[in-house]
Amino acid sequence: MANLWTNCAGIQSPNPFWLASAPPTNSGEQIQRAFDAGWGGAVWKTLGQPIQNVSSRFGGHTIGGVRGAGFNNIELITDRPLDVNFREIAEVKKKFPKHAVIASLMVETEQEWEDIICRSVDAGADGLELNFGCPHGMCERGMGSAVGQEPLVNERITSWAKKYAEKYRPGLPVLIKLTPNVSDIVPHGLAAQRGGADGVSLINTIKSIVSVDIDRFVPEPRVGNLSTNGGYCGAAVKPIALHMLASLARDPRFNLPISGIGGVTNWRDAVEFILLGATSVQVCTEVMLKGYRIVEDMIDGLESYMDSKGFATIDQMVGKAIPNYEHWGDLDLNYEIVAKIDADKCIGCQLCVVACMDGAHQCIHPQEGSATERTTRVPRVDEAECVGCNLCKIVCPVPDCISMVQVDNGFAPATWNEHLYQGKQLRHRKGSHGW
Amino acid sequence: MADPRSPLKIDRSESAFTDYKPAYTQAQAVVEATRCLYCADAPCMHACPTHIDVPQFIRKIASHNDKGSARTIFDANILGMSCSRVCPVETLCVGSCVYNHLGHPPIQIGRLQRYATDKAYAEGWRYYQAGPDTGKKVALIGAGPASLACAHELRLRGHAAVILEKRQEIGGLNTTGVAPHKMKADQGVKEAEWVLGIGGIEVRNGVEVGKDISVAELEKQFDAVFVGLGLGPDTPLKVPGEQLPGVIGAVAWIEQFKLGKIDLSQVRSCLIIGGGNTALDCVREAITLGIPNVTMVYRGTEQGMPGYAHEWKAAQVKSAKAEWQAVPVAFEGEGKVQRAVLQRLDAAKKPIAGATFSVEADLVLLAIGQARIGDLVGGLEGIAVERGVVVTDAHGATGRPGWYAGGDCRNGGKEVVNAAAEGKAAAIAIDAYLQGNSPN
Repeated sequence: MANLWTNCAGIQSPNPFWLASAPPTNSGEQIQRAFDAGWGGAVWKTLGQPIQNVSSRFGGHTIGGVRGAGFNNIELITDRPLDVNFREIAEVKKKFPKHAVIASLMVETEQEWEDIICRSVDAGADGLELNFGCPHGMCERGMGSAVGQEPLVNERITSWAKKYAEKYRPGLPVLIKLTPNVSDIVPHGLAAQRGGADGVSLINTIKSIVSVDIDRFVPEPRVGNLSTNGGYCGAAVKPIALHMLASLARDPRFNLPISGIGGVTNWRDAVEFILLGATSVQVCTEVMLKGYRIVEDMIDGLESYMDSKGFATIDQMVGKAIPNYEHWGDLDLNYEIVAKIDADKCIGCQLCVVACMDGAHQCIHPQEGSATERTTRVPRVDEAECVGCNLCKIVCPVPDCISMVQVDNGFAPATWNEHLYQGKQLRHRKGSHGW
Repeated sequence: MADPRSPLKIDRSESAFTDYKPAYTQAQAVVEATRCLYCADAPCMHACPTHIDVPQFIRKIASHNDKGSARTIFDANILGMSCSRVCPVETLCVGSCVYNHLGHPPIQIGRLQRYATDKAYAEGWRYYQAGPDTGKKVALIGAGPASLACAHELRLRGHAAVILEKRQEIGGLNTTGVAPHKMKADQGVKEAEWVLGIGGIEVRNGVEVGKDISVAELEKQFDAVFVGLGLGPDTPLKVPGEQLPGVIGAVAWIEQFKLGKIDLSQVRSCLIIGGGNTALDCVREAITLGIPNVTMVYRGTEQGMPGYAHEWKAAQVKSAKAEWQAVPVAFEGEGKVQRAVLQRLDAAKKPIAGATFSVEADLVLLAIGQARIGDLVGGLEGIAVERGVVVTDAHGATGRPGWYAGGDCRNGGKEVVNAAAEGKAAAIAIDAYLQGNSPN
């Protein structure tokens, strides 16, 4: 049986599933229920000078009938008094000594950083997470992503935090939560590393306008007759998060553990994050939409997966897919696949036909014959023109009906770089239709 | 001028029926619409006689473009509202949904179509304007679905249309003959009036061609004629006792309770003779109207029954019984029908000697077909009638120049959607004829 015990940058938890700093971690009462439900850790709703929030705060992006597939918010950090938050942290730690409680912090001056770190240590937090990521409201005040976007400021504040963490409790782990609102994540991860951080968390939310009320002409979420940009998250951001995670994880100069965040909805997503270098995985939006109870399947599914793959511990999985993430120029241009349609499974929707015709390389064609009979509706692939793009397989609603099958074209593997610098021979281009 | 059409009575027996496929709310419609795969060259579209672009109208429901959704439906089939209720979708669009091959419930296309078209009626959305006046005038015989679809298409093309209807009601069988669990009479009238809303379609009720207006006069007054007569009266069995009170044709009986109120309180046992869809409608109606024992009598087997299997299944759920391979040879009773004598048949539908038996029946509905009344025009030179139906080319043209036909009198009795398709196709052919481009 796989062991889910997690140690991320020195912060230990019974499993790698942490609640991200957000509304689900707003109070001790919530976090206690979350731990009862099975969550391994929780990053407390960011602590700082309590703010006043607006009403409304959230906007949902419905995609193909899935509500909240994308999600955005204009809520700020905690609006509850700091002494209440710290008292509740102490209560939670007393009841759940083995679970990870991480204090997310966001203040301005060095003095404020020292004070709030001191109080976090007194409350018994297992680690700190500096919120350098929030892209709305707080950044205008010089905090959040305003810090995360400036490597020098990031490094300086990280070093302050590390200094006071050491002063009040030597060895207390400090994570830096990075903003994705940058062109390249790597310099920001390296800045945190130079500042002495023990690990980083990424991604925070992406600057966004989630939608526009087309009757009122006001973006969402609407506050009176105005709105503002918010932070985008939810299932839709996962690909962006995975890329930033992997960029940092594969960089040879970066050697800190990473807590992965961004669009995790289930154990499969979590596995992907871990395989691309995350040691723990943080979740917010899916919990906001479905509740703490989703963690039961996450734990169960992860255990089964690890058992089926022979992973005994989380550490054995971390970064397993990183060696297989390469630059485009190192991909084999002579590797060739074509689409094959399983005529027995095909239901005749012809979504592959229209997708290939309008969106790809015009190589899937309808058969002659009845337009209502399933058998005559099974399309035909012109393999001589099929470039192996995957589009048909992506649109096909039937599992395993379209498979992409490798073709032996007689060419030895050759990358673009090998072609360019070593003169290796490339196969003929396909999809040309005789041009 | 007062509306010559008689308004429907408020108190009609059909009011007892509830919709067997209730209306979707918008939330329900959007959920179902979102499930649609949006197939390319979709089989549902091909399965529809009017070729409604089903994936497109469903996608519009999903995107909250209800107005555009209904337009997509009406563009193909101006009778989309009644078709959404009365079409045997299980054997047409829904039956061809690719989800059936995935072992997944097919998209409820009829209910989605009803959602969109009902919304259009409720909101008063109108989409069509008559084309520029051509000065041509077309007579349409009968005010049923075929003529309505034909007249509407003629108006789009700028031709004046005059519908000659011998009855006082408009809408044809949509008003007088559709099983009320699918659609009630007022919906048939409402749809007909909605179609007439394009303007320029005159309806003359109480006018019977050949009696109130001669064919010669018709040809003098009009540039073309569309025959949308439908079918004639219920076919008799021609067995002893058939004239007894309580033995009645199915279509006539349906009309009685759709347009008025009937008293069935004394009826204990009802026999429905026939195995087609009219028989099946009668079975469900008799049960819903409160008759305790309802039995269908069909001369063939259950598998050989021409009626839709899904309708029989639904009727059985409602406690219907059947006598398969049997046929009435006599009806008996004192002053009214009380018994039927049934003859058992073999697999070849031949009587088995000595195998007769008597069953109680105080109501007998004959649903073995309707007279085909192609002969009303069959006497005209150039118009051929074969097996009671008017012979036309693929576009509805008869052999007599300027005469076209569509609907039940042409196809022998099919669905409303067939009538709608044939009426529209005939209008396009009439338009070509009037412009001098006719293949005739």
